[in-house]
Amino acid sequence: MTATTKSRAAAPSRGDTPARRHSRIRWRSWGPGLAMVAPSIVLIGIFVYWLLYKTAATSMTDKHSFNPNADVHFIGLDNYASLFGEPYYQHTLWNLLVLTVVFLSGTMFFGLLWALLLEKGVKGEGIFRSVYLFPMAVSFVAAGVVWKWLLSNRTGDQAIGLNQLFQELGLGFLQNSWWSSTAAFNMAAMAIPAVWQLSGYVMALFLAGFRGIPSDQREAARMDGASEFQVYRHVLFPQLSPIALSALIIIGHMSMKMFDLIYSIAGANSYAAAVPATYMWTQLFSKSDPANASANATILLLIVAVVVVPYLIYTNHVEKGQGS
Amino acid sequence: MTATASPFTAPVPPPVERSTAVRKRLTGRAVSARTVRYLLLLAFLILILIPLYVMVVTSFKTAGDIRPTTAWNLPERWSLDGWAKAWDQLSGPLLRTVVMAVVAATVSSMLGSLNGFVFAKWRFPGANVVFTLFLFGMFIPYQAVIIPLQEIMLKANDLGLPKGIGTLIVVHVIYGIPICTLIFRNYYATTVPTEILEAGKVDGAGMWRSYLSIVLPVSIPGFVVTLIWQFTSAWNDFLFALFLTNANNGPVTFVLNSLASGQNPDYASNMAGALLASLPTLAVYIILGKYFIGGLMSGSVK
Repeated sequence: MTATTKSRAAAPSRGDTPARRHSRIRWRSWGPGLAMVAPSIVLIGIFVYWLLYKTAATSMTDKHSFNPNADVHFIGLDNYASLFGEPYYQHTLWNLLVLTVVFLSGTMFFGLLWALLLEKGVKGEGIFRSVYLFPMAVSFVAAGVVWKWLLSNRTGDQAIGLNQLFQELGLGFLQNSWWSSTAAFNMAAMAIPAVWQLSGYVMALFLAGFRGIPSDQREAARMDGASEFQVYRHVLFPQLSPIALSALIIIGHMSMKMFDLIYSIAGANSYAAAVPATYMWTQLFSKSDPANASANATILLLIVAVVVVPYLIYTNHVEKGQGS
Repeated sequence: MTATASPFTAPVPPPVERSTAVRKRLTGRAVSARTVRYLLLLAFLILILIPLYVMVVTSFKTAGDIRPTTAWNLPERWSLDGWAKAWDQLSGPLLRTVVMAVVAATVSSMLGSLNGFVFAKWRFPGANVVFTLFLFGMFIPYQAVIIPLQEIMLKANDLGLPKGIGTLIVVHVIYGIPICTLIFRNYYATTVPTEILEAGKVDGAGMWRSYLSIVLPVSIPGFVVTLIWQFTSAWNDFLFALFLTNANNGPVTFVLNSLASGQNPDYASNMAGALLASLPTLAVYIILGKYFIGGLMSGSVK
């Protein structure tokens, strides 16, 4: 590769037309770059796009068993129709909605609140920041071990975990069965560990945003007689909206594929805590149904794509506009 | 977007100093506001540490000491039994996971550096589209690739790819390419002046020479960020481990989960195991945390 680029300025060989020479020079200028990225393009092409295609293709077949000798036929969108008709699947979609709403609003609320508390600088900021952020270093599986215990549904004399803490603090009325109830909003409890893990991340994003705004903007607004609230409302917050959007996208797509946490707290086949990602596991290994599991996964992909693709295009667009 | 691209390498920038004029206005109200601020910060600190407290306290209890009524108390007698048992069960998987996470993080960081350099400084026609296609790979739910991935990897195992950790390394390297490329691209776009590369070109330096002599030497901060990021995500992964490995060749998350989901959980050793499984990533955060926050800022808040 070095040889071809080094000779970029070398004299053209005889017989070259100007046009051919021109295209060869252009190729020499960007060819090595393409060659350098080529292995990654191949890997991403195969392991992302080809596999996504394979899953989508399987989702439109009647491959309802792992038998390699079974005849497989294309059946269009039948699996999707039957999936949306399943009460179990509808239940997982509802659970996912509740989980996502609480997860998103919880992380955004605490993330912004902590960033606001820290952004002007406090003594021991490093300690607060590290502690707020540390749950992120812990895997959902390890966190699941302790949260499974904390969110136990045992109450009264048998209570353990948070229920028992409530009892000791004289707050017995707060005891509840958390995620394991049949209540419509039980998944709000499953969002608690998720909020615990990722609020610090959102805080770090917002903190970076606050620190990125030049100080003279605040000073100028204060000089103009703006109250502290007005400074935030009209000067600082508008500049943080790209960060808020990034945070929403990142947390939102994590919520869509939330699997580890639920698997380790509730188990893979829990009905109460089922979401599409865990139901896919059930479809695959309890029902041995790759076609329906693929349909389920493809729907997840589409939900994510509907949000992420416009975001990526928008980001690209804005960057071009700024000439970077 | 550009406003937040700068604190890439730097730790979190210090807060803006208030001018003395403003500082003098600190009245009684401001003092009590500050008190409230600290009380809130402290309250949240305690809330966040509750699960950690439970893990630590329980991990040092003896089996007889673990009763619902005293679950929130300190151990009556501090015992290392839980830790010893957890170590017995997890030391093998821990070692495997260290190898896996270190190799996977190193390789995908190197690929990310090469790609990031090209996308930032040595672009080819259509580079923007390719880059966006890469980025989308970062967001896909892995559920949508995992079924055919399992088939491919089984075939690769038949062809000689080592099972277990070897397979996971390949998978983590590949799915780490998008984020590492993004981080390095943003890093090079802001830290490597195009003029220097142009000057190099005039002097006849090709792409490799430019990369090795100009770009790579200033890449250490970028590598710190991607290494931390990739190490953590490979270490904490569970979904790939579940589909591609088993308890005898899988990483620590897999084995920990199998231990903790038993019928009669041994809380002391489970909690000790969860702590053991978290110590490497926690150490990384504590030692290199400020770079990590810097990396978060640039990698994700573009």
